[in-house]
Amino acid sequence: MVDMQKQYLLPDARGHFGSYGGIFVAETLMPALEELRVAYEACCKDAAFTAEFEYELRYYVGRPSPIYHAQRLSENLGGAQILLKREDLNHTGAHKVNNCIGQALLAKRMGKPRVIAETGAGQHGVATAAVAARYGFKCVVYMGTEDVKRQAANVYRMKLLGATVVPVESGSKTLKDALNEAMRDWVTNVSDTFYIIGTVAGPHPYPMMVRDFQTVVGKECLTQMTETFGRQPDMVVACVGGGSNAIGIFHPYIPFDDVRLIGVEAAGEGVETGRHAAPLTTNAKVGVLHGNRTYLMQDESGQIIETHSISAGLDYPGVGPEHAWLKDSGRAEYVAVTDDEAIDAFHALCRFEGIIPALESSHALAQAMKVAPTLARDKFLLVCLSGRGDKDMHTVAERSGIRF
Amino acid sequence: MSRIQTTFQQLQAEGRKALITFITAGDPDGESTVPLMRSLVAGGADIIELGVPFSDPMADGPIIQRSSERALAKGMSLARVFDIIRTFRAENATTPVVLMGYANPIEAMGSAVFVDVAKQVGVDGVLVIDYPPEECVEFTSCLRVAGLDQIFLLAPTSSDQRFRDVAQAGSGYLYYVSLKGVTGAARLDFDEVASRIPRIRAVAGMPVGVGFGIRDAEVAKRIGTVADAVVIGSRIVQEIEEGSRERVCDNIETFVRGVRVALDELAGAHL
Repeated sequence: MVDMQKQYLLPDARGHFGSYGGIFVAETLMPALEELRVAYEACCKDAAFTAEFEYELRYYVGRPSPIYHAQRLSENLGGAQILLKREDLNHTGAHKVNNCIGQALLAKRMGKPRVIAETGAGQHGVATAAVAARYGFKCVVYMGTEDVKRQAANVYRMKLLGATVVPVESGSKTLKDALNEAMRDWVTNVSDTFYIIGTVAGPHPYPMMVRDFQTVVGKECLTQMTETFGRQPDMVVACVGGGSNAIGIFHPYIPFDDVRLIGVEAAGEGVETGRHAAPLTTNAKVGVLHGNRTYLMQDESGQIIETHSISAGLDYPGVGPEHAWLKDSGRAEYVAVTDDEAIDAFHALCRFEGIIPALESSHALAQAMKVAPTLARDKFLLVCLSGRGDKDMHTVAERSGIRF
Repeated sequence: MSRIQTTFQQLQAEGRKALITFITAGDPDGESTVPLMRSLVAGGADIIELGVPFSDPMADGPIIQRSSERALAKGMSLARVFDIIRTFRAENATTPVVLMGYANPIEAMGSAVFVDVAKQVGVDGVLVIDYPPEECVEFTSCLRVAGLDQIFLLAPTSSDQRFRDVAQAGSGYLYYVSLKGVTGAARLDFDEVASRIPRIRAVAGMPVGVGFGIRDAEVAKRIGTVADAVVIGSRIVQEIEEGSRERVCDNIETFVRGVRVALDELAGAHL
């Protein structure tokens, strides 16, 4: 098991989580990353920065988000109690905004008037666009043309919020290509531009910084669990694409040895079909992409392969380096849930609790629903309900053969 | 002495500047690459940088991105790039070949295997765009043991201390990226380059080339007044993309010769 003393020193000074993470970028970006690291470290020591971050989370985002006991769902499953950390109630509809506020405050301190972002499902793009409007930044969001088609409502939301959405035509035209294009923009406009990465991937300091901003989720749970339920949960379950909501809720629980941490990847059409987005569950080969070393879905000759998931937010060939490390260390476990299982969980939450979850979060929920009946009724499964499902109406309807 | 060092020494003795040309291996298909390399040499290229295509070329502009996609669509892989070099070496034992690409295909092959095979087929240098010196210490020593040069990029945003650190790790030549941006961008600022290069040369201990955004003989010649080498990539790849299939080799030879002639007009001019 994990050596806890060592745990809290991760990552090392150059962003390594064991053999994962690091800084794998073209030389042009090295000084920009160094500038970012120095600025971020200064902010970490600055009480005024923390105070402003907390103020914004409270009054702009609406935190803390509650933990809700899904009683009817739990009753129906007949086993452990399912508790939902309601990140779907945040302003802009997901956990993404926590990190966007943190990075936007940092951009403000660094005097960068322009922010850019990549987005898959559009949640991070919307959160970035909202925060950019809030602070008066110019905002450009890169989005693969496939995703632009799949997520038309979010594209319009970003435009309403004043952002320019740039469709990305290269490669597989999805999230990974949007990330490539955002990196190219950053390299070109590095002096006046802050790149707000939406997940715990990318070169150091991003995986550490995004984690730190997202740990507000897990820290609230520590308090709320004691206050409302008298103890910590037996299991914490969260979906993993890049892995920012999962790291946010897992990280404060790492020292709690008797709390199992379960990351749920997208099995797409089934891991055995090869059409999935589950690099950790399938023990994919380790490689280098988007500035860090991690488990990566790739072919024999090291080309990144296309991933498949009904949820655009999980449709990513890599995974945050800290998750790679947590997997190897055994502290967290990773499993995968298929499109069909996620859809079933989606409908179940709609019907039993009156909550429409994001398809990403439905993966975590599906895993909890599988496990709950095997456990006693006095066990607690804490699920990170990372976002709401309004954005997924079209996808779910189409799957049921319904057109608007 | 490595082929790269020999090449620079000869050029220096003649007072000439090195012309380094880039194409993507396997673009537009595997069979075209050796004939294209031949044309580059015939036009007067001193060193060939051969791009290893990658699915996610983060540091490249649209022209080289598309060349990578064309090559991958035709099944190009690192193993096949080695076949190409083997074929080229059978007919050309003097022109240095530098492999340029991203870390993942190399790591997928295994770094040690990569270095062994590279050495064996006649590769002279390796430039891995997303390997800053501090992330590839083992790889660097592997290359050193095999006698292969590792070329590193330097950027307009790099500090003087960074120039020194990178120069320490590299060998063969240093590649100064002439602008903030991706390959093929068209905003090269000559004054910026001219002010930076002497500071790099002061700590480099090896030749310094300039690339990214050099698109014609005139700019190449201007850059040649301050640098040891000029690197041209996107402009040549664009010719492969847009030119007629039958005449592409001739067109590229003509273009390269134009740059060569312009650079040689500087012969004898000392830095």
